[in-house]
Amino acid sequence: MKKIIVLAKQVPDTANITGQAMKADGTVNRAALPTVFNPDDLNAMETALRIKDAIRAEVIVITMGPPAAVAILKDALYMGADRVILISDRKFAGADTLATSYVLAEAIKKIGAVDLVLAGRQAIDGDTAQVGPQVAEKIGFNQVTYITDIETITEDYLVVARDGELQTERIKTPFPVLLTITDETNTPRYPNCLNMLKYFRAGTASQLEATLGDITGDNDWETARAHNQVIPVWKAEDLGLDLNRCGIKGSPTRVHKIENITLTGGDLELYNTDPMAIKQLVLDLRKDYAEVNE
Amino acid sequence: MKIIVFIEKDPRTGALRDVSIELAYKAYSLVKPFQGEAVGVFVGDELPEDCEKAFQFGLHRLVYYLNAKLAHLHSIAYKNIIQAMIEAETPDIVLFGATHTGRDLAPLLASALKTGLTADCTQLHIDEYKSRGPILYQVRPAFGGNILATIITPEQRPMMATVREGVMLPPETKPQHPIRTEPFALRFQEQWIINEFLSVAPKLTKINFNRTHIIVAGGAGVGSRANFRLINQLADAFGGEVGASRAAVDFGFAPKERQIGQTGAVVRPKLYIACGISGSIQHRAGMDESQKIMAINSDPQAPIFSIAHLGIVGDLKEIIPVLLQYLKEA
Ligand SMILES: Cc1cc2nc3c(=O)[nH]c(=O)nc-3n(C[C@H](O)[C@H](O)[C@H](O)COP(=O)(O)OP(=O)(O)OC[C@H]3O[C@@H](n4cnc5c(N)ncnc54)[C@H](O)[C@@H]3O)c2cc1C
Repeated sequence: MKKIIVLAKQVPDTANITGQAMKADGTVNRAALPTVFNPDDLNAMETALRIKDAIRAEVIVITMGPPAAVAILKDALYMGADRVILISDRKFAGADTLATSYVLAEAIKKIGAVDLVLAGRQAIDGDTAQVGPQVAEKIGFNQVTYITDIETITEDYLVVARDGELQTERIKTPFPVLLTITDETNTPRYPNCLNMLKYFRAGTASQLEATLGDITGDNDWETARAHNQVIPVWKAEDLGLDLNRCGIKGSPTRVHKIENITLTGGDLELYNTDPMAIKQLVLDLRKDYAEVNE
Repeated sequence: MKIIVFIEKDPRTGALRDVSIELAYKAYSLVKPFQGEAVGVFVGDELPEDCEKAFQFGLHRLVYYLNAKLAHLHSIAYKNIIQAMIEAETPDIVLFGATHTGRDLAPLLASALKTGLTADCTQLHIDEYKSRGPILYQVRPAFGGNILATIITPEQRPMMATVREGVMLPPETKPQHPIRTEPFALRFQEQWIINEFLSVAPKLTKINFNRTHIIVAGGAGVGSRANFRLINQLADAFGGEVGASRAAVDFGFAPKERQIGQTGAVVRPKLYIACGISGSIQHRAGMDESQKIMAINSDPQAPIFSIAHLGIVGDLKEIIPVLLQYLKEA
C-alpha cells in the first residue's frame, strides 16, 4: 500500500484582483478575495487518484492555511481523497516559501512512511514554484519537476514525462519521490456525488461544534468521526515546530514595496480604416523597421 | 560584492543559453561599482562550446564540475555540487535563470542554505538598506501580474533570485574579460544519481523572440485557426515572428510556445503589432516594454489602446488583407 501526500493550497482568484487587495504591510488581504483550489494542485490531486486507481494507495491531502482553507480539503474529499489535514496556526502567518516548506515537511514527517508527494507546479497567487522542491529538500526526497504525463505506474517506480523546456524527457523514477505536476498532465475529475453526500457537513472540530454541539459523548460526534467527517487541525505544537522557523520569523524574504501596475502610454495615434492613411502607415513602418531586421 | 550566476547550456546545440549570457552581464554590472566579482558555476557533462562568450559579456571567472553522468538534470547531484561551490565561494548573491532547470534547482539550494529566494525577477538592483549596507532589491510581477513587488532578503546570505529570460538584455558594447576557468574538486557519489532518463526528445520549436525585432501577435479576436494565417502572413511581410495571446493558444489558433505574457515569453521588440488582442494585464506583462506598439482592434475601448502608440480601430479580417496588399505593392 503506497502512501501519497498531495500538497494543496487555497488561493485568491488572481484573474480578478487589484492592488487594493494588499494590506499596507505588503501582505495579501485574503479575506477580501474570492478563493479557489489552486488549479495546478487539482492536477496533482487527479494524479494521486489515478495512481490510487492503478495500485493500492492511500491519498492524504494536506494544506497550510487559515481555517477557511477547509473548503479545498472538502473539495479534495469530494474528489476522492482518503484523508485530509488542515495545518493552521496564527504562528504560520506571513510565511514565505522557506517557512511554508518547513511546516509542510514536518507534517509529512509526522504522517510518516510516505512514498510519494505530489504538488502542483505553482500557485497562481505567488507563481514561485518553490514550495514543492523546498519540501523535497527538507524531507530528503528525490524530485522531478514540470511533470506533463504519468506513463507507467508500478509498485516500485513511475515513468513520467517532464517538460525540460528545451526538450521533453521520459524519466523512470523510483519511490520515494516528490513530483510537481503541470496542468498538461491530466484533466481533474469532478466531485463525486456520493462523496459530496458523505462529506458535505465535514469540517474541523470547532466548525462542527456549531452544528453538533458539545464535543463530548454525543452520538452525532461518534457518527461524524466514524464517517471521517471531522477534519483534523494540526498546530505548531502538534508538530513540535521550532517557532523561529515558522511564519514571518522563519521567512528570510520581506516584501519591501508593492506597486499597482498602471497603464502607461497615452500618446496614441489612431487611424481609422481610411485606406490611404493605412497605406502610409504600413509603408512608413516597413521603412523604419526594414534595416533592424537584417 | 561577489555574485554567482548559474550557467546553463542548451542541450540541443551545446551552446550557452541566452539567459546565462544575460545574467553574466547583469552580475557584472551589479558588482562593478563595488569592484566585485561575477563568478559563473557550471555543472554538466561538457562545458558549453562557446564559453568565452560569458567572459566577453562580463563574467570574471567560471567554476565548473564535469562528469559524464551529469548530462541530464539530476536534481540531487546538481544541488549537492552547486551547494559545495556556494559554500566554497561564499557569495553575497546567487542568480539563476528562471528556466525549468533554474526553477528546479534554486529552491532546493535556498532550502538547504536556509536563505531567501525570489522567483521570476524582472529587475534587480543593489542599494543601501538601513544599516546593513548594500543589498539586492528584487522586482517581480505578483498576483497574476496585477502588481509589481519588490522583495528583499535583509539578513540571510546569500540572497538568491531566479531571473526571467529576455528581460535583462546586455548592451552592444561588452566588457570583454579574459577567459578564466577552474575545475571544482569534489568526490562524485553514485547515490546522487536516482532517476533514469529513458529518452530525451529535443523540442525544435522553441522560438527565439529575442533575436527578432518585429512581432505580430494574434488574439481571440482573430476568430479561427484559418484566419490566423493572416497573422502569419503579416509577420512574414514584415520579416518578423508570430506571437499569440493565451486565448489564441487556448482556442488552438497558435501553438503554446508562441504565447506572450506572464505565463509565456517576455518580449521587447522594436515593433509589436497586436491584432485582436484586448490587452489583459497578463498579456501586457509580456510585451509592454516593446519600443513601439501597434494595435488593431474592433473595440476602441480595448485596454491595448492605452499602451499602444499606433492604433487602427476596425475588423482585422478586413484591415490585414489591405495591409498585406500595400506591403506587397511597395
Ligand atoms: C494566471 C494567468 C496567467 C495568464 N497568462 C497569460 C499570458 O501569459 N498571456 C496572455 O496573453 N494571457 C494570459 N492570461 C489570460 C488573460 O487574462 C486573457 O484572458 C487573455 O490575454 C485574453 O486574450 P485575448 O486578448 O486574445 O482575448 P480577449 O480578451 O477575448 O480579446 C479579444 C479582442 O479581440 C477584439 N476583436 C474581436 N474581434 C475582432 C475583429 N474581427 N477584429 C479586430 N479585433 C477584434 C476584441 O475587441 C477584443 O479586444 C493569463 C490569465 C491568468 C489568470
